Parts: sequence; C-alpha cells; structure tokens
Amino acid sequence: MKATSRVALLFSTALAVSGVLAAEPFPSTYQVPVNAPVLIQGATVLTGTGERLEGTDVLISDGKIQSIGKGLTAPAEARIIDAHGKWVTPGIIDIHSHLGVYASPAVKGLDDGNEATSPVTSNVWAEHSVWPQDPGFEMALEGGVTTLQILPGSANLIGGRSVVLKNVQAVTYQAMKFPGAAYGLKMACGENPKRVYGSKNQAPSTRMGNVAGYRQAFADAQDYQQQWDKYHRELAEYNKKKAEHADGGAKKSKDKDGADKESMPPSPPKRDLKLETLAEVLKGNILVHMHCYRSDEMATMLDVADEFGFKITAFHHAVEAYKIADRLAEKNVCAAMWADWWGFKMEAYDGIQENLAIVDFPEHSCAIVHSDSGDGIQRLNQEAAKAMAHGARVGLTVPPERAIRWLTLNPAKSLGLQDRIGTLEAGKGADVVIWNGNPFSVYALAEQVFIDGALSFDRAHPTPSPRSDFLLGRHIAESPL
Amino acid sequence: MKSLHLVVLAASVIGAQCATAQEFLIRGATVHTASAKGTLKNTDVLVRGGVIVAIGAEAAAPNATVIDAKGKELTPGLFGGVTDVGIEEIEGESQTVDSTLNQKSPAWEQQWRPELDVTVAFNPRSFVVPITRVEGVTWTVLAPSAQDSIIGGQGSAVTLDGRYDAALPGSRSLFVQMGSTGARVAGGTRAAEYMLFEQAIHEARNQNPITQGALLHAAGREALNRYLMGGRVVFQVDRASDIREVVSFAERAGIKPVILGGDEAWLVAKDLAKANVPVILDPLNDLPIDFDRLASSLENAARLQRAGVRIAFSSGDTPQARLVRQLAGNAVAHGLPWEAALAAITSTPAEIFGVGATHGHISVGQSADLVLWSGDPLELSTLAEQVWIAGRPIEMKSRQTELRDRYVEKVKAHQAR
Repeated sequence: MKATSRVALLFSTALAVSGVLAAEPFPSTYQVPVNAPVLIQGATVLTGTGERLEGTDVLISDGKIQSIGKGLTAPAEARIIDAHGKWVTPGIIDIHSHLGVYASPAVKGLDDGNEATSPVTSNVWAEHSVWPQDPGFEMALEGGVTTLQILPGSANLIGGRSVVLKNVQAVTYQAMKFPGAAYGLKMACGENPKRVYGSKNQAPSTRMGNVAGYRQAFADAQDYQQQWDKYHRELAEYNKKKAEHADGGAKKSKDKDGADKESMPPSPPKRDLKLETLAEVLKGNILVHMHCYRSDEMATMLDVADEFGFKITAFHHAVEAYKIADRLAEKNVCAAMWADWWGFKMEAYDGIQENLAIVDFPEHSCAIVHSDSGDGIQRLNQEAAKAMAHGARVGLTVPPERAIRWLTLNPAKSLGLQDRIGTLEAGKGADVVIWNGNPFSVYALAEQVFIDGALSFDRAHPTPSPRSDFLLGRHIAESPL
Repeated sequence: MKSLHLVVLAASVIGAQCATAQEFLIRGATVHTASAKGTLKNTDVLVRGGVIVAIGAEAAAPNATVIDAKGKELTPGLFGGVTDVGIEEIEGESQTVDSTLNQKSPAWEQQWRPELDVTVAFNPRSFVVPITRVEGVTWTVLAPSAQDSIIGGQGSAVTLDGRYDAALPGSRSLFVQMGSTGARVAGGTRAAEYMLFEQAIHEARNQNPITQGALLHAAGREALNRYLMGGRVVFQVDRASDIREVVSFAERAGIKPVILGGDEAWLVAKDLAKANVPVILDPLNDLPIDFDRLASSLENAARLQRAGVRIAFSSGDTPQARLVRQLAGNAVAHGLPWEAALAAITSTPAEIFGVGATHGHISVGQSADLVLWSGDPLELSTLAEQVWIAGRPIEMKSRQTELRDRYVEKVKAHQAR
C-alpha cells in the first residue's frame, strides 16, 4: 500500500510539472452569478471589434452576450435599460495593476508587492499577496474595470507569477480568480533591478548584469526541464519493462535479485519552484509580461527570448515603444503604455504623448493602455482620450471605435483571453460598461458596470455599504455628533 | 498634415509679432475671463506691450496684427500647481534635483532653515519648462519639499516664459509640512510638530536669542519673523483634525495659512470658509492611501466650493504639471461648476499667491498670459494651439515635440494602414 501511494504522488507531481495540470493549486472558486437577462436599448455601442453602432441594443443572458442589434426583443423576465444617449463598451481590462499587493492604505503591514530579497524570484505568486479588501478594487470598478492582472513589482529581474482577477467582491482571491486564465511572469528591465541590488552591492548593478541574470535563469530552467524530460523517459522505459515482466513473469521469476533491481522506478528530480515556473514559460504555458521602458532594452529582450525559445507577450511601461513600433508589430508583441507619464527617472525621459497612437499605427499592432496605479486605473478611458488627441494632431487619427481596443480587446489578447472577454460579441462573457456619454470625454462617468451579466456597480443606486471591509465604519467616524 | 498647419500658424504669429511692436488682436474667440465677467462669446482681446489693453466686440486696433480665433476658446495662462518645474529635471537622478535641503538629522537637532529660498535654484533652461508651457501652463509655484524637516523653506511663483528672473513679485511663501509626515521627522508624534514650531516662533520673536540648542540662526529668525506678521505660509496637511489645528495655530502665530493637500478638507469646510483659508488640492485624490486620508473623496472640490472655501488645483507632480486641465475637468464631472474649475487653475491660485493683480484673469491691465484652445479647455480632446506669456508668443515646441516629429515620420514612411 505504501509503495502504491508513493508512486501515485510522484505521478501527480510529474503531471503538474509537465504542464498537464491534474490538480492545480489554489484553484479558482469564482462562479458566474445567476441573473435575469438584461436588455440595454438604443445606445452608441463600441463593440471592441472596431465597430461603432448607433441606436443599438445589447442583450445579456446567462452571463453572456446573447446578441447585438437594433430592436432586439426582450425575453419575458428581462430587465430593460433605456440607454439612448449613452455609450456602451466592453468592460475595461488593466493588465498592469498592483491592487491588493500594494493596497490602500499604503502601510508597511500591506506592503506585499516586491519580494526584493533575490533578483530571481519566479517562485513567488502575486496572488499570495493579494488583499481582497483593498478599497482600490471598487474604485477601479467605478471606472469600468472588470478584469485586472495583478503583478509583482519590478525590483527583481524576474519578480514572480501574476494572477488575473475578475473585479468582484470577495473574501478570498480564489473567488476573484479568472477561471482558466493563464499565469503571467513578471520580468523587469533597466533601472529598478540594477538599483535595488546594486545598492546592496550585489548583482545586478548594471544593465549587462541584468541581462546575465535573465540568461542564467533561463539556462538553469532549460537544464531543469532536461532533468524532468530525462526522468519522464526513464519512467516510461521502466513502465514498459514492468509491463513486459508482467507478461513473461513466470519465466523471469527465478532471478529474484535482478527482478528487484529492475522494478525500482527512477527517482524524480527535486521540485524547484523557481525553475518550475520558468520551465512553464519555456513551454509557452506562462505568458511573459516585461517591464521595459527603453526601446534598445526591448530589442535586447526580444533577442534573449529568441535565444531560449520563449515569447514575450507584452512590454509594460513601454515609454519608448514608439521608436520600434514596426518591430513590435512584426514580432506580434504588445506594448502596454501610459498616455503621458515621463521624466520621473532617466529611462522615462523620452516619453511622448503620441506613443500610443504611433504604436497603434502599424498593421498587426497591439497597443494597450495600462495603469500601474490605483489612481490611473480609475480613468483608463481618459488616458486613451489624451493619446487620441495628441495622435490626431500629428495625423494619426484614432476614432473611438478603434481606441476602445487599447482598453479591451488588446489587453484581452495579451492575457490570452481574447476568446472570452474584450469585445461585445455573441457568446462572450458579458462584461459591459454603460457610460453617461462618450467615454473619451473628461466629463464621462461609468453609470453601470456588469461582470458576467451581473450588475456590479450602479452609480444611481450605490450600495449603502462599501464593498471593502476596510471602509466599514468610515461614514460613522465622519459624521459629527 | 494637421501638424504642419499648426507649425505654420505658430511661425506666422511669431513673425508678425516682431514686425508690429508687440501689438496684436485675438479676434472672435470665446473668452473665459476667469473673473466675475465669466465667459464672453465672440470677443476680441487686444494686447499691447505685453499687457491686455482692451476686451470687447470689434476692438479698434488699426496697427495690430489680427489673429483669427473664431471657433476657438481663450483662457488665462494656467497654473501648473505647486511643483518643482525648473528645480527638478529628473526625480530619480538626485544631481538634477534642487528642491530639497536634506539635513540628515532629526528635526529637533536641526538648524531650521526658513531662510532657504529655492527660487534662486530655478533653471528656466530646464527641458521641463517648454514641455509644460506648450500645454498652456504659464506659471507655477516652486516649493521646497521638507524631506526630513518641518519647515521646507521658501518658494515663489515663477513665470515659464524662459526668462532668468522669473519670480513673480509678491508671491514668496513659506512651506511647512505637518500631519503624519511631519510627525515622523519631529520625533514620532504630531504634537511635537507644534511643540518645535512654537519653539522656533519663540526664538524668532525673542530679542535675546538663546545660544544653546537653538533651532534658528539669525537669518532664520529674521526670515520666520517676516511670516509672523501676516505672511503667507503653506501648510501641507491632509487630515481633517490637523487642518483645524493648523488653522487655529496659524491664527495664534499671526500667520496667513494656506492648506496644501487637504484631502479631508471637506470634513472641515465650514471652519475653512469661516477663517477664509484657501485649499490647494488634487481633486483626483480619492484613495484612502494612508490614515491621514481615509475620507478622501472625488467630491472634495465641489463640497469645499459649495461651502464657500476658495480652492485651487495642484497634483504636485513636476513632469505632469501640464495635466492641471484634467484635474479641473474631473472636478466638474464630480459636481464642481465649470467656471469654478477654471478659476481653480487660473484666478484663484493667482489670488492665493498674491499675484492676482497681474495674473490669473483676462481683464484690462493684466499681463497677457493667454492660451488659445482648439475647444473646451477642460476637455481631453482639446489642445493648446498658441500660448502667449507677457504678450510674447511661445514657440509651440519642446524636446518632446522634436522626438515626436522624428519618429512619427519614421512610422508613417514605413507603414500605411
């Protein structure tokens, strides 16, 4: 009995490591809520597919977009929303957030975003730092954000795994976890890692030290993967031989010693949580999201990725992406950008307000607006609007129906979720925002936000108590006697 | 091609300017005066010798260069907030930063240096200056940041037209840090901020100064004394109880207080209105980012204004000083009247910092610090088309527009959608 259970344990480990995730740890417990159908009538709809539809209805049921068109018939029990004069967009997706890991209030006890104790910490997972009571989540929701990727910080060359969350009220992060979303790996170029470790008189202290660090980590991951591949080969051989023995058992049973030796299974390598994550990157099961400001460093990283055979999904904080817009589009790499952040450090010195519009211009581009900020995430629509204005001034006009993709379809692509969210198309998850006007106006506010068809925020009827436990009691303390 | 058109416009304005001895007429704009006169449609503004000399319909000016501004909107030059524009190039590179006197010792052991004035460190050649002013921001208030002190020192309003002697007369102010940030450097309790400040005031007023353990030098005593006779002191503070305490402390000390930050100011709006204490705030602050700011709200600006408190806007962000319009627009979305939002980035800060007689409005006699906008100046789709400071047209270029022009052409040449 003992031997059998040990083999079973080994077997499940092997499955997890090889990417066939038999029992994924920390599984999502999120369930699509049950709600009556909703018919949104007569809105200006930005579908996220590049279309702008006037006077159009959107029908939601069973948590999904059922149909989009003019004069749709409401099912008997449907809730009808008159949205004439209003605009409807897909839910906004922010692929660069630290909500929950750098929560409000920003006190030491909640400072959980950077495991800045070693330049490579691919063994840490952001979800284990997420505080679901961060009030920033509900403020982001009021800005129309329905899905977010929470990343570790950028102190390290390789900071750890990200987690994709639905912006729903929950006591545990598992209940927010986007079912089936791939993990991301946070990596960082440039000044932050070299400053953090250089100041400790430790490697890396230079950009060349940074690159040596990434390369050694992935070289180790290749070696680790080879050990596992070898183990799997030997295990398969062992199982095959064992089966042969079982067939001709009577014949070989005399040679007692020899049979025992052959029946010993190979020992699996010791699991290494750092290299396990990197091995999954090499296999394409974990998506690389890399903090990288400068265009020359992005080019270096594209070469590093080619050397080890992995793909960089998106460069984040890509302040200089405009200098290599063509190359990024050719390589099918997304660039996640702010509209206008610049100058707060040397590697941000060349930031320009036309970055998004320029990166968006080449064919097959993937421009994304991201926040990296508990403030910015509340107004990603405004970030896009500023970039549109500056693009238009230099002849790169981006109409609303295209610009909305910076906040919806393109970030969905970079999370590998483009078949599930990011556009308003029949069959997709019903993450929908109703705005009181053109969302690219400074005066626009999200009026209603749906997540999987559930009304999660309603500006006209705000829930009397806040979502966050932390904010309870605030209104009592604020009222004078 | 739009960009080319704008460059031509700017160039023609500059050319015309030189030829006509600084007299020009901005014709037919929607003029937001930021004064009691409000917004005037289809109005002409005549500028001569750097000053606004006439406002009205069909102003007669036979010698003036005429700038057709039909369909465009005109505002006073914008206030960039309380920033380090010109005294900080890159925050992360300390050799480019002149905003802070870091004493590297506890506040109670320091020599307090109210005599420090960061205005003398202002560099009008900073790349940040053109980057900021092409967005319509024509002036800002330089403030020292008190990193490990309670008193940071003095600063002034400066014009951003590139002149070396940029300080606007009468704007010099003292900057003080209170609340939990000040408490940390004062030894751990905010009570010590008041204790130490009282000691400094006592030293400044005393004819026979102590020699042992004094907080102030003679120059410091002299500097602080100027503020104890109704001088303007800007207190950076957010918590409601701290704001109230600062207001009554200032009254006792003979100081004219200004609140900077004020995230929880709406909770004590009545007290502020009664004491006529203005608040310079960031209307986008709504996160309970620390325990001094649990009551932060997007409605802070609207609530203060309704209670009769004078408000101005500042993000305090140096590279992003140019985003003041976005602060104002969002305040409107959260209940502030449009005119009050414009005043919060023009006339009210000018009045708060003592330069209202020459700056902040469009009215006769004011310095011609003007911005012509493509549309609603608070809207994100709107951009500044031309900026004038003291009647001179600013070249609408910066290091960033040059980077832009280099790479826009590259991507257009390589791709066609």
